Amino acid sequence: MIKSKHLIEIGDVTNDEIYEILENAKTFKEINDRPIKKLPTLRGKTVINLFLEPSTRTRSSFELAEKRLSADSLNFSASSSATVKGESLLDTAETFDAMKVDMVVARHKYGGYCRILADHMDARIVNGGDGIHQHPTQTLLDLFTMQERMGTVEGKTVGIIGDIVHSRVAGSLAPALKRLGARVIFIAPPSYLPAVPAALGAEVSHSLDAVLPELDVVYLLRIQGERANGLSVPSLREYSMLYGMDSRRMAKVQKDALIMHPGPMNRGVEITPEVIADPRAVVLDQVNAGVAVRMSVMYMMLGGEDDGAAA
Amino acid sequence: MALLLKGGRVVDPAIEMDAVLDVLIEDGVFKEVAQAIEAPQGAKIIDCTSMIVTPGLFDLHVHLREPGQEYKETIASGTAAAAHGGFTAVAAMPNTKPVIDDGAAVRFIADRAKETAAVKVYPLGAITKGEKGESLAEMADMKAEGALAFSDDGRGVQNPLMMRRALEYAQVLGTPLLLHEEDEALLAGGCINEGLASTRLGLPGSPDLCESLPIMRDIEIARYVGEAPLHFCHVSTKESVEAIRRAKAAGLPVSAEATPHHLLLTEDALDASYNTNLKMNPPLRTEEDRQAVLDGLLDGTIDCIASDHAPHAPQEKQLEFELAANGTVGLETTLSLIVDKLVRPGTMSWAQFVRACARRPREILGLPIVKFEPGEAADVTVIDPEAEITVTTDWLVGKSKNSAFLGEKLKGAAREVIVDGELVLEAGTLVGRGKMAAEL
Repeated sequence: MIKSKHLIEIGDVTNDEIYEILENAKTFKEINDRPIKKLPTLRGKTVINLFLEPSTRTRSSFELAEKRLSADSLNFSASSSATVKGESLLDTAETFDAMKVDMVVARHKYGGYCRILADHMDARIVNGGDGIHQHPTQTLLDLFTMQERMGTVEGKTVGIIGDIVHSRVAGSLAPALKRLGARVIFIAPPSYLPAVPAALGAEVSHSLDAVLPELDVVYLLRIQGERANGLSVPSLREYSMLYGMDSRRMAKVQKDALIMHPGPMNRGVEITPEVIADPRAVVLDQVNAGVAVRMSVMYMMLGGEDDGAAA
Repeated sequence: MALLLKGGRVVDPAIEMDAVLDVLIEDGVFKEVAQAIEAPQGAKIIDCTSMIVTPGLFDLHVHLREPGQEYKETIASGTAAAAHGGFTAVAAMPNTKPVIDDGAAVRFIADRAKETAAVKVYPLGAITKGEKGESLAEMADMKAEGALAFSDDGRGVQNPLMMRRALEYAQVLGTPLLLHEEDEALLAGGCINEGLASTRLGLPGSPDLCESLPIMRDIEIARYVGEAPLHFCHVSTKESVEAIRRAKAAGLPVSAEATPHHLLLTEDALDASYNTNLKMNPPLRTEEDRQAVLDGLLDGTIDCIASDHAPHAPQEKQLEFELAANGTVGLETTLSLIVDKLVRPGTMSWAQFVRACARRPREILGLPIVKFEPGEAADVTVIDPEAEITVTTDWLVGKSKNSAFLGEKLKGAAREVIVDGELVLEAGTLVGRGKMAAEL
């Protein structure tokens, strides 16, 4: 089970807990391959998916995980929500708290907002992505995929490529990999780098071509058009020339390396269709692992509770 | 009624006074400052044994929020807080709603202060209309109504031509500009220091360059324009301090202030709790910056300490960090923080304290300083250097409780505050106009 009440940052779980989450996820992954994909584990538990920022895959992944564990879940999205009417997040938190829910999975465009939920609710909070801060369940599913394919991340070199300063994915993945014994290299132009990469456990390179042969994992981030507007990089085209993965660059990638992407992908920008089709690309494995890993997280946070008494 | 302050250590570096003396106050002015003064008939005697007696403290950078945001603070509540914190006078920033940008608005502040304030209030006017940075505000009219200086505090003047014209105009009037320096293009939405904190917490960063670059720009504009007096508000970075030091060495008429939070806190105070009471503008910087600001204060590059008292209601602070309002209240904690953290450990002398908190703020605004000499206006702060306080929401008398220092236990506090010979704080309790203002 997980000691921390909440999963807001990847730092909330210990290395041993991470390994346990990944181990249990294997079982859930098998269940996801069965014709009847349902367990009674979280029967009677209520989970709210509070997504104040648009999301398709993360919200669907959580929702499937909840349903397959028999939790009662409710979706609350930005457009349908009271936030449109000017309700503060504090009031949203207190309102749901009054309705007695067991867990809130939340996404919002502002870093650190989970703290407001945690401070004003009894429910356990799972961060589904907060601004440019962290996205811990994405990290766990990425680790699952890496472990599944490579056995371990220890001693491996992972290159994270793209708009890192605006990436919550990188914000939790890099420190987790570092803790688990991997080497992390941020590969990006200076405008896409955080102020202190070392604070996230990463080294820096500005040249993808220079480090590509060293990488065991090529982790590509989505490039958002509005952040390639000529101020940060000249154009998407030039970004692709310097940092995009295409067939030419694939020739330099190790035979057994992995190409990963948290989605949604910009085909032709950070990744070409040929790369997606390469057997080394494991993007759909990541999505597949997502449901299992989230089932595992929820099981380990809520499953051990008897009749609502905190574990 | 006459007041006799008995046996306190009177510290007034302006007249090279630092001795245990009695101070007799009558008709709002100092009557006599000497040893063993005989109390006149009917005089109120206040035993000041072991107390520090200083010229009344002056905070030249506070936000009183009236008119327009009386739910945060009023001239009455803010000056009650000032009296509680040991200040006999404050200068009120003009970024109210509406902005104080014409003579009538300045007069409103002066009139409201006369009716409701616990301590002296000096209105400041805006540099540009509505603090929009687009056209000059009517500075001459505001000056005629009593504005001592001009500031667009809360925002930097972005356009260098606007700044040039403002400096030229202010120079003719002989009034200083108090500059909030911030380049909004470089800021790009940053809300905490760009560095370790922004990386760790995943929040947009504000590079120190945002502040030092416009400071350097305006020093150069001032040099070009001539003798325009410039005052830099809430200096927070090492590069800013160095630029100001160079400007002073070059003989330019520049001055600067530092806040207690930039002197005492760093970005390291920000953690996973995302405490929005630590969100301020400029943001808390690095230890190197903090040390540079403190060194600047100690060597005189930074002239004075100002609280940048910025009251906000809970609903403006209990928000996502990026959406929360900037600022901390400070009028009630400045004295105790500086005494506890800098004066008591010996980093700063009492004479330096008086210079930074009483003398320089008045000089920067062109006001006469308070001197312990017969006939001078009797604005006095009596400090108990051994008094222990805990900063709690109950202890703060101001309307808003958004202090960056909540929970802090501090040694050293104001015991008496005297404004024009009248007690507004006595034995740590608001009295007279202090009590009136607190109850309004």
